[in-house]
Amino acid sequence: MPWDRNQMAARAAEELEDGMYVNLGIGIPTLVANYVGDKDITLQSENGMLGMGPFPYEGEEDPDLINAGKQTITELPRTAYFDSATSFAMIRGGKIAAAILGAMEVDEKGDLANWMIPGKLVKGMGGAMDLVAGVGRVIVVMDHTNKHGQSKVLKECTLPLTGKGVVDRIITNLGVLDVVEGGLKIVELADGVTEEDLRAATEATIVD
Amino acid sequence: MKKVYANATEALDGILRDGMLIAAGGFGLCGIPELLLQAIKESGVKDLTFASNNAGVDDFGIGILLQTRQVKKMISSYVGENAEFMRQYLSGELELEFTPQGTLAERMRAGGAGIPGFYTKTGVGTVIAEGKEHKEFNGETYILEEGIFADLAIVKAWKADDTGNLVFRKTARNFNVPAATCGKICVAEVEEIVPRGSLDPDCIHLPGIYVHRVIQGQHEKRIEQRTTRKKEEA
Repeated sequence: MPWDRNQMAARAAEELEDGMYVNLGIGIPTLVANYVGDKDITLQSENGMLGMGPFPYEGEEDPDLINAGKQTITELPRTAYFDSATSFAMIRGGKIAAAILGAMEVDEKGDLANWMIPGKLVKGMGGAMDLVAGVGRVIVVMDHTNKHGQSKVLKECTLPLTGKGVVDRIITNLGVLDVVEGGLKIVELADGVTEEDLRAATEATIVD
Repeated sequence: MKKVYANATEALDGILRDGMLIAAGGFGLCGIPELLLQAIKESGVKDLTFASNNAGVDDFGIGILLQTRQVKKMISSYVGENAEFMRQYLSGELELEFTPQGTLAERMRAGGAGIPGFYTKTGVGTVIAEGKEHKEFNGETYILEEGIFADLAIVKAWKADDTGNLVFRKTARNFNVPAATCGKICVAEVEEIVPRGSLDPDCIHLPGIYVHRVIQGQHEKRIEQRTTRKKEEA
């Protein structure tokens, strides 16, 4: 059985170490916060906050307190607020240890595409290009194939890039892969997934 | 010099003109200068370029100026929440300069700090880098991005004093600080103007030197994505 969304998020949470400052993207990456356990992790929201708390209780929403996905959130005793220039200075300056984000496509050179589909979807890159260029480690969490069953783990991305050679690790419903010299290396297989299954679903070169 | 004005229309009097570049604070609908945007709409000024992270939604924020076709160009990082924006952009009626969020913030900060350009790794190897100067520093490639020098900055803060010192609240600070600094003239709208001396000088987020005109007003402060959790049973 491949991993479901929550299992992928739980696996991604294993990447985080005590004391890390981390930025989580929208979608499955947001779920990672539910699996950090006892680890002392500070979440950054790039619109200007360190120490992001959970969603507010009904009736306690504050329009002045949102995350980068524009969702209402809460603060924690450790929270600090700052402006957008300061926020991206800490991202660009390499102070954020890791970013966990979703992707439309990833390739064997670590290229990442997750911000537009020409002629179809033109929403913008938001802070994704800054994050992948600036943070210590970039971890992609996504389904291994698209809804047509085609691999999203490619030899070369076809969509406009978010960053070139920026991805360190890919966590999918089928397993975990690292970007290494010459291609991708299998780190781990999801429960019940064989290496053959994973190779069949991967267009990228897999190296030993 | 008197900085406090009665309302948004008076605060913008003599400033607005067709074709100007306006830097606007806010992220999504959080911390946007909603009263000043409404007054700009009512003024009828057109062919505007906005440097703003987002373009509001169809009926709020910069979206209200898109409906009246007063905007010629947007410099933004994310415009996904606005159907009218998408329609005008895809039909070629509206220009769009996609700028990564951190690059946009730094372009504003740089403009405000008198820095015409800076090098960044953000966007290297992507369409953002096309046509821009590339330069190597310590074996890594960077691209040149230019500072934004706006004709006008419009921002929203929580509190001000009559000298223009501003205090923001929670994540509503966002782009308001860099946007304010990059305007030749900056107009701020706030929820409350307090007497001089009542703001803690150690806790001013933006010194009044950057702020030329201030108004106090009632804000709708619309929430874009209301997300909540249930209280656990005791």
